[in-house]
Amino acid sequence: MQVYLDNNATTMVDPLVVEVMQPFFSEIYGNPNSLHKFGTASHPALSKAIDQVYKALNASDNDDIVFTSCATESNNWVLKSIFNDHIVSGDKNHIITTEVEHPSVLAACRALEKEGAKVTYLPVNSQGVVEPHVVRSFITDKTALVSVMWASNETGMIFPIKEIGEICKEKGVLFHSDGVQAVGKIPVDLQAVHVDFLSMSAHKFHGPKGVGALYIRNSQPLSPLLHGGEHMGGRRSGTLNVPYIVAMGKAIELATTNIEEKMASIRAKRDRLEDALLELSDTFVVGNRENRTPNTILISIRGVEGEGMLWDLNNGQIGASTGSACASEDLQANTVMLAIGADNELAHTGIRLSLSRFTTDEEIDYTIEHFKKAVLRLRAISSSYAKVGPTPGGESKACELHH
Amino acid sequence: MAKNDLLGASLWDAYSNKVTTLMNNPNHQGEITEQEAAEHGNRLIVADFGAESCGDAVRLYWEVDPKTDIIVNSKFKSFGCGTAIASSDIMTELCIGKTVKEAVKITNIDVEFALRDSPEIPAVPPQKMHCSVMAYDVIKKAAGLYMGVDSESFEEEIIVCECARVSLKTLQEVIKLNDLTTIEQITDYTKAGGFCKSCIRPGGHEKREYYLVDILRDTRREMDEEKMKAAADAGSKGSFESMTLVQQIKAIDAVIDENVRQFLIMDGGNMEVIDVKPTEEYVDVYIRYLGACNGCASSATGTLYAIEATLKEKLSKKIRVLPI
Repeated sequence: MQVYLDNNATTMVDPLVVEVMQPFFSEIYGNPNSLHKFGTASHPALSKAIDQVYKALNASDNDDIVFTSCATESNNWVLKSIFNDHIVSGDKNHIITTEVEHPSVLAACRALEKEGAKVTYLPVNSQGVVEPHVVRSFITDKTALVSVMWASNETGMIFPIKEIGEICKEKGVLFHSDGVQAVGKIPVDLQAVHVDFLSMSAHKFHGPKGVGALYIRNSQPLSPLLHGGEHMGGRRSGTLNVPYIVAMGKAIELATTNIEEKMASIRAKRDRLEDALLELSDTFVVGNRENRTPNTILISIRGVEGEGMLWDLNNGQIGASTGSACASEDLQANTVMLAIGADNELAHTGIRLSLSRFTTDEEIDYTIEHFKKAVLRLRAISSSYAKVGPTPGGESKACELHH
Repeated sequence: MAKNDLLGASLWDAYSNKVTTLMNNPNHQGEITEQEAAEHGNRLIVADFGAESCGDAVRLYWEVDPKTDIIVNSKFKSFGCGTAIASSDIMTELCIGKTVKEAVKITNIDVEFALRDSPEIPAVPPQKMHCSVMAYDVIKKAAGLYMGVDSESFEEEIIVCECARVSLKTLQEVIKLNDLTTIEQITDYTKAGGFCKSCIRPGGHEKREYYLVDILRDTRREMDEEKMKAAADAGSKGSFESMTLVQQIKAIDAVIDENVRQFLIMDGGNMEVIDVKPTEEYVDVYIRYLGACNGCASSATGTLYAIEATLKEKLSKKIRVLPI
């Protein structure tokens, strides 16, 4: 058996989605901007996809939802264009975001800092979320934008987007949310919540990679990131990626239809897995379950280094992830675990398991068994669980590594 | 950045079979107790290096025969990724059978080489090299405990590249000796910077105290300074031709101040050195007369000869003085 539990990284494309894409490669391939029938042949399917996305998010017809290549593009677009429109060409100078955003937000903010923007990176509380009053306290009359993720990719924790949206509306500050981990996983109702901009990516909800969208409330101004032809009403140039847009429409429809039911089913499996893993001693999970996306577990296992654990899981045909030292390129501890105040040593012991609606009970059983076996093996090797202590004088000073 | 860098590496696929095998089944994982060591009449040494909070920790156990100083058995415990476990395992293997003094000579590169399947292909990709660099430190610590000396005493020099264990002194020497100007040359000559690449410049996988870019820059500057100093020394010994231009001008000024200027000033005039141009045959010194000298008949004859003769005598026979 093999088990894929890295659905916060990307998901399997639903076979039903693959099916609706098929005709738009070699049968209906015209450029939708062309006047001839080859071009217009794709229009009904594109209209349908647009309807599907608007409906899934409960967006108003006055809003724009512009298809992009991915959420990284959407995030960059909002940040860079707000910087240009309101800071370079306006009287604002300030952007507020959080310490735990996706790199496409953090790295873009750091780039804008170099160009002169002031950026505040808000800390998260012990649950891993930013508190609304903290956002409020940092807003000034020079603040152009607040950008806060809807849910965390690492912990699955859901941020108080409704409250933050109200604060921003009251203060007259634009509000962007990176909704990549929320759309398709939990209800996202854009009538109930005030956000000006929302980024999303299809491959996080069983659509294909390479297509995403940016929601823009009330079709408000936002200068384009990509200049070129008058595609998407002039908001985003580039020939429409017809099969992928059609696929995204289908994927979001499948993910959000009866979403409460789907969430309950995924959550039951997730909770069962989480309960079983917490039977192991010296483990803890970040964030309370009620306020977490129903598919995510970030568990810390004392004495077991994250990549070592991934290795053993991989040997057992289980795909999981970690933000910890060895596995990531930058060799830093899991920044989210550090941000929530977990001890530094625990920041190297985090394993993220993220389920999907395709995860089965058998897979959960298999994972529980193999996960426990891996922990036993690695703790047997671990210096953290060694019994014979060091010779006097041979103790380790705290972090004397050359890192 | 080029074609090969477009796709991130398949990190685990780049591990040698030895790394994979030892990660899955380490041979020397475990502990040695005081009791076991005592039963064999041996001394137990246990040393820690690293910590969970750094992401890597290792505990090394040695059972040492006190009569021969030979490490008869060695085990380890490790908190770390696959390569950390595999390199700890091979490290214990390299220790067994060696005397403590011999073991201190084991380097991180020895450990990495022992993990290779074939001598040419690295056991782990560059970004994982850091996982095998704890061996030297923990061995040193264990040896210090056994010999009752500070483990720092084994550290004879500052190590810039942990992977290849290249010292600051070696790097400076190699740069100077071979007149190296690029990092690539340094890597070719010393292997420093050829593995995890952290020591090349800030922003790599690990923060380092010394970086090759700084060492290269500072050493080059030192070389330039040495060259100038050599020229100055040569100048002070009277070798005018080997001086730098600035030194030559200063030397000319000094000679004129001492021997010429006072007489010109007495007559209500003065002069200044405008330029010095060395040619094949001559060193041309361009001067300008000031005050009463300017236009004085003797300035093109007697005075000029006097200035030139003085400079020739004090500095160089090749000097020719040209008023402008």
